Amino acid sequence: MSTLTLESSNEQKIESKETLLEIKNVKKFFPVKKSLLQFNKEQTYVQAVNDVSFSILKGETYGLVGESGCGKSTTGRTLLKLIEPTEGEAIYNGKDIFKLSGQELRKVRQDIQMVFQDPYSSLNPRKRIGKTLEEPLVIHNIGTPKERTEIVMEILSKVGLQLEHYFRYPHEFSGGQRQRIGLARALILNPKLLIMDEPVSALDVSIQSQILNLLKTLQSDFDLSYLFISHDMSVIRHVSDRIGVMYLGKLVEEAPTDELFANPLHPYTQALLSAVPVPKSGAKKERIILEGELPSPMNPPSGCVFHTRCPFAMDRCKMEVPMKKEIANGHHIACHLYDK
Amino acid sequence: MSDVLLDIKNLKTHFYTETGHVTAVNGVSFNVKKGEIVGVVGESGCGKSVMSQTILRLFEEGTVEYEGEINFNGRNLLKLNKRQINKVRGNDISMIFQDPLSTLNPVHTVGRQIAESIILHQNASKKEAEEKAIELLRLVGIPSPEKRAKEYPHNLSGGMRQRAMIAVALACRPKLLIADEPTTALDVTIQAQILDLMNNLNEELDMGIIFITHDLGVVADLCSRVVVMYLGEIVEEASIEELFDRPLHPYTQGLIKSIPQLDGDRSAMLHTIEGTVPPLTRVPKGCRFAARCPFADEKCVASAPPVTEYTATQKVKCWHFEKILKNQEGIADVHTYS
Ligand SMILES: Nc1ncnc2c1ncn2[C@@H]1O[C@H](COP(=O)(O)OP(=O)(O)O)[C@@H](O)[C@H]1O
Ligand SMILES: Nc1ncnc2c1ncn2[C@@H]1O[C@H](COP(=O)(O)OP(=O)(O)O)[C@@H](O)[C@H]1O
Ligand code: SF4
Ligand code: SF4
Ligand SMILES: [Mg+2]
Ligand SMILES: [Mg+2]
Repeated sequence: MSTLTLESSNEQKIESKETLLEIKNVKKFFPVKKSLLQFNKEQTYVQAVNDVSFSILKGETYGLVGESGCGKSTTGRTLLKLIEPTEGEAIYNGKDIFKLSGQELRKVRQDIQMVFQDPYSSLNPRKRIGKTLEEPLVIHNIGTPKERTEIVMEILSKVGLQLEHYFRYPHEFSGGQRQRIGLARALILNPKLLIMDEPVSALDVSIQSQILNLLKTLQSDFDLSYLFISHDMSVIRHVSDRIGVMYLGKLVEEAPTDELFANPLHPYTQALLSAVPVPKSGAKKERIILEGELPSPMNPPSGCVFHTRCPFAMDRCKMEVPMKKEIANGHHIACHLYDK
Repeated sequence: MSDVLLDIKNLKTHFYTETGHVTAVNGVSFNVKKGEIVGVVGESGCGKSVMSQTILRLFEEGTVEYEGEINFNGRNLLKLNKRQINKVRGNDISMIFQDPLSTLNPVHTVGRQIAESIILHQNASKKEAEEKAIELLRLVGIPSPEKRAKEYPHNLSGGMRQRAMIAVALACRPKLLIADEPTTALDVTIQAQILDLMNNLNEELDMGIIFITHDLGVVADLCSRVVVMYLGEIVEEASIEELFDRPLHPYTQGLIKSIPQLDGDRSAMLHTIEGTVPPLTRVPKGCRFAARCPFADEKCVASAPPVTEYTATQKVKCWHFEKILKNQEGIADVHTYS
């Protein structure tokens, strides 16, 4: 096993930051609809998120990565109670979001905003963009009509759109511009945290890089924290300070970005990284080809959920669930290979 | 040049729609040699799919007009009659897509679809064909192929479906396989399996492959040669080494620099290509990339650049590539020697 080294400056940076949102043992199980014939069968569940814990620090970007169906989006939505959590806590400003409702929950949703892959579907096609962007201000009773328009104009320019875009309709915008609108809408109420679910996944690389740069600028301009969800290893590496790797509803590894890429320890992370094709000549590399298929989250494997595909699986992996433990500064892993 | 399998010359695809006439593929020329994997890259809307579907003339007659030559096996595919082109489609050239459900027949088992194609193309008996179908499913890496042969496409997982589609495409033993973003919708670990499979098939069957993708990583992994498309045209053609080590066209250079690299500097801003691809209804008169190109001058805006053969394997469609290259090498020298 390789030894762990962390730059001390990096360590300092992580230690000194305050926690903004703490996610503790979150579970989300979706009940599976039974057909009429199955009425006397036991209720089964899709175990979309299963006992996930992590924290988002002030000013950082926390990346959540993993392949489709591993529970990234469900995690993001559950945090804001957009879907009802099954178990767990999400501590924000000393309070558990999951226990909030009404006015208090609305206040949290003002501070924590979501950005989706395709903001177009949630934009009213018959409304001018400016009006759509003003809506949250109206709802929260902020400013006079004139002030609202000014706020929107300012946000538009911050996300790299022009003032004239205020008067345009959603269909008049390209994919990249729509994502700028999605960001403008998320920013209008001056949030602290953006939960971004695959925000650049639908974009071509030349547009993707424009948006990724914009995210960096906005983060420092608005003092934001990000929860950045993506299936793309290169993108997640570029934007994140720390990264959590998910597999089948579980967080299997978590580490500061440079540490994770220099020293991936979980067999799944290793396979995932080795599978990324590198855009360079002579980069053909040894890939760890994972055997078999992703098991169903309705009936996940016992013990370690990865044991059916893990090249290093041992007997105990089939029986015992590996616990998340810290094996170096900030580097957490849930795998029996690293049990002392 | 007897090792050339497919030779495309000045190919154009015009569509006549309600809103007018657009030329989605505008004068494309390249070739594929026997057993070679050629990549076609470019951002969405640049004409990759139209170009590949034009090779098999898959568009509805009447709305589309083709120009140029697609030479395959000594014949120009654009000159063939319906019956002849149908025969090429089933026998010599196969195509696979991003969405396997669009090619797989939902009401027939996977095994039956493959067997039927084998009966049709290889003069096999039903029993032989069924055995060969199972062999093919094994070849594309489907576990317990005897069992899977009896399943319907919708019962298979995404990765397995993709493999089944590849098996169907291979059933006629094509000389050329056109793969249009077959791994784009797949997760990276599944993509890795499919890329491995493509590599093995290419070696085992000595089949030429045109691999279409917007992912330069996939290209580096799989292909030996690449063409880069922008707005219906090929702007650069190169070997893999040339493409990544000395890209000549400003668009290619921009694309490569825009990708966040796994070993890139995370604190640096990414390179961007300003603006967006213009619609086909507003194609610039001169160089099609001029509005987004940092090196554009009056000449570029006024007239379209010719294709220059820079090496035996690298071609570029740009007025100023030599000047740009010299500048870049100059800068590189300064860095090395200072
Ligand atoms: N509303 C829902 N009802 C039932 N199952 C769901 C629902 N939403 C997501 N799932 C399931 O939960 C799992 C995790 O999904 P998701 O969080 O969307 O994954 P990711 O975003 O990582 O691709 C998947 O198996 C998915 O099918
Ligand atoms: N049947 C059609 N009629 C008219 N225009 C089309 C048709 N099919 C594709 N196009 C246009 O041709 C261009 C190239 O599309 P396509 O080949 O699908 O791009 P790519 O595969 O590179 O993403 C696009 O502008 C698209 O709108
Ligand atoms: S706990 Fe066992 S099966 Fe799971 S990743 Fe570690 S070695 Fe593999
Ligand atoms: S011809 Fe001119 S505008 Fe076109 S790519 Fe070359 S330098 Fe740029
Ligand atoms: Mg998702
Ligand atoms: Mg396409």
